[in-house]
Amino acid sequence: MRITRYAATMAAVGLVLAGCSSDAGEQAEEAADNTVEVQENVDFEAGTTMAELAEAGSITIGTKYDQPGFGLLNPDGVPEGFDVEVGKLIAAELGIAPEDITWTETVSANREPFIQNGQVDLVVATYTINDARKQLVDFAGPYYVAGQDIMVAKGNPEGITGPQDLAGKNVCSVEGSTPAQNIRDQYPDAQLTLFDVYSKCADALTNGQVDAVTTDNVILTGLVAGNPDGFELVGKPFTEEPYGIGLELGDTEFRNFINDVLEESFENGDWAAAWDRTAGAITGEEAPEPPQVDRY
Amino acid sequence: MQFYVDNFGLFRDAFLTTLSLSLLGGLLALVLGTLLAAFRVSPITPLRGLATFYVETFRNTPLTVVFFFIIFGLPQIDFVIGFFPGAVLAIGLYTAAFVCEAVRSGINAVASGQAEAARALGLTFGQSLREVVLPQAFRTVVPPLGNVLLAMVKNTSIAAGFAVSELSSLLPRLVNANAGELVLVLIGVVVGYMLITVPSAFALHRVERRVAILR
Repeated sequence: MRITRYAATMAAVGLVLAGCSSDAGEQAEEAADNTVEVQENVDFEAGTTMAELAEAGSITIGTKYDQPGFGLLNPDGVPEGFDVEVGKLIAAELGIAPEDITWTETVSANREPFIQNGQVDLVVATYTINDARKQLVDFAGPYYVAGQDIMVAKGNPEGITGPQDLAGKNVCSVEGSTPAQNIRDQYPDAQLTLFDVYSKCADALTNGQVDAVTTDNVILTGLVAGNPDGFELVGKPFTEEPYGIGLELGDTEFRNFINDVLEESFENGDWAAAWDRTAGAITGEEAPEPPQVDRY
Repeated sequence: MQFYVDNFGLFRDAFLTTLSLSLLGGLLALVLGTLLAAFRVSPITPLRGLATFYVETFRNTPLTVVFFFIIFGLPQIDFVIGFFPGAVLAIGLYTAAFVCEAVRSGINAVASGQAEAARALGLTFGQSLREVVLPQAFRTVVPPLGNVLLAMVKNTSIAAGFAVSELSSLLPRLVNANAGELVLVLIGVVVGYMLITVPSAFALHRVERRVAILR
């Protein structure tokens, strides 16, 4: 009896494992179809960051692990999204294959220290370019311009059409984020409820504990896509959030290189293709016009 | 220094929030924990079973899960609680399990002859617990109870992830706004916690010496 049960368990475990491996295989195949061509003979001036990275054959990139469409850790432990694809584009031009990229989770609060301490070579993590941050790190890009928007319960029971309607309402965002600070500064009459991740804001909105959720439209779009019967987007972005690629302060050559790579990808369609298979696949919208790279 | 002057209001409010979480949560934990300890040593089997079930449930569940249950789980059954009261409840319910076990260890440390003598004098179970056993038990549990309460003060930081703007929620907020001042933010937050824990530890030490029994 005991042996039969043991055998049955092992068989079940075997089935599960077999299922996993074939799934993983399919995903790997899919990914291979999508990957941008990795440059093979790269040649950079000695002493530059590009030469060092190309020589090492590996790069460490920080991204977010909790933003559907931009950087989300999939069940296999690999991040996926538009930020991740942009990271791969840059790595490819350095002659580094996607599997040689080391991904590191960066959250809003640790992006600057990670760059300054050299724990990551690049940060591609829905990272808004602003003047305060320019004092600490350099930004290539922008490679995308998001805007702060508002998400409400389906049917918009509170009739919120823009940030001016948030006065006296309970608005959810994430502590330490630019959108939260923007509400504090520009719309002080709104009651802020601040969690540490946006998924909790979605739960709170479902439960009716808050009236609205506000952050960059791309993040909200991911949340709406996850629960289209529960949420809807107001759809009127009221800020401009240019997403840049963070790198070590003063490494102008590396910054110029990344800007060149971005401009090239805007032109040859790699950028739009990356959008279509990540964020675009969630929103169902076509890739927007690429932004103008800011060589400040 | 200028950094702290500029952000004094934020630090003060966050400190006061952590302090009230600690005081209210601690009060709830002490009252409920003592009651549970009384249940655990009571002669009534269902009460013993109930208290044991409570302690094993809360002691073996991560505090974050308790928070999740109270903040996001209860509203699903139409029991909506505010974020701050919810945090106090989560911290108090969780810590009560540890308080219970600390107090119970103290009760067990009181020589059984004491309880037997009290009963022989005609005191009821409740009276003997209140008048004879618990006063002696509390004297021996000051150090472990102190540990439990200090751990609780630091556990209040979990509330930052559940919409309570306490001390550790200043970390992401101030770091994002002043990315260059990471170390100052960290020091400010640590000092905030120590303003609560160090005097508490000192007071507990004094209480311990004052109530110590010479055996």
